[in-house]
Amino acid sequence: MNDLVLTAPVLEEARQQIENALIKAGVHTVLLIDDAGNVVANCGQDARRFDTTALAALAAANFGATSEIARLIGEDDFSLLFHKGKKDSIHFARVGPRLILVTIFGDEVALGLVRLRVSQLTKAIEKIFGLDS
Amino acid sequence: MALIDLSRKEVHCKIVYYGPGRGGKTTNLLYIYNAMNNGVRGKMLTIETKGDRTLFFDLLPLNLGKVNGFDVRIQLYTVPGQTIYEATRKLVLKGVDGVVFVADSLRVRREKNIESFNDLKKNLTEYGLSIEEIPLVLQYNKRDLANSAIPTLSVDELESDLNNELKAITFEATATKGIGVFETLKEISKNTIRYVVKKHLLADI
Repeated sequence: MNDLVLTAPVLEEARQQIENALIKAGVHTVLLIDDAGNVVANCGQDARRFDTTALAALAAANFGATSEIARLIGEDDFSLLFHKGKKDSIHFARVGPRLILVTIFGDEVALGLVRLRVSQLTKAIEKIFGLDS
Repeated sequence: MALIDLSRKEVHCKIVYYGPGRGGKTTNLLYIYNAMNNGVRGKMLTIETKGDRTLFFDLLPLNLGKVNGFDVRIQLYTVPGQTIYEATRKLVLKGVDGVVFVADSLRVRREKNIESFNDLKKNLTEYGLSIEEIPLVLQYNKRDLANSAIPTLSVDELESDLNNELKAITFEATATKGIGVFETLKEISKNTIRYVVKKHLLADI
């Protein structure tokens, strides 16, 4: 497994894409993390409200655990994961083999919109990080 | 798998405390957490546990200052030691940059030490890593019991069980009292950072 090296232009481009696709659609926080639980990028006003280190570690573990569950029932992977809260909900999606996009949004944003935007966004991010080959 | 952020000049490394159940992995982390000040340590995260076992993992982020202009952040993880939590252990090991193997000095735990060590080797191999290559420190914990009536393993026995071929650096420890805890942390952090930095030629250290 190779280390992930981030450069300023790649990060800026990814942030811009996240901003356009999700933050402008009303999503309040987006974290791009790797599957070892490191925060690659965080976007949105509320990112400082959370302990992002813990959130990233738990999200990666949660995603990993769910992948194991998928394998147990004969699936390769669940490509997305969603938890619904009273006010806020959280949506996880795999981006390429190594990254996970974590989207936190309130009940004023429709899940369908998030899913649509995330699916477009994952392709764009895969391209930026060179994960689409 | 370290994360190197060139735009913010940060290096993130993951160090995993591995070993048999009830060997003192979480105790190591708790001692470090309690001994460090808020500027250096992050929040310690412990996932709900049943009794004193770790069910998923514990996480302690630390900020180790600068190495050649790069902010070094390490995240210390523990795994659940009990044999049945194999899948979880493998998950936590994902993206690991350095390993501390905490062995239990109790004689009754001899088999468990060996079993856990073999499990570590197997899981590393599955991630394409080898135990010879990855930074590794062995910690022989519960050494205070050697002077008690409880049957314990001698350091030589632990060496021959676990470190015969590898010749990794070892520390004797009593994690409950903090003996050997920081020595272990210092050594593994140093080796891990050197390993990551060298790999990416960030600096000659």
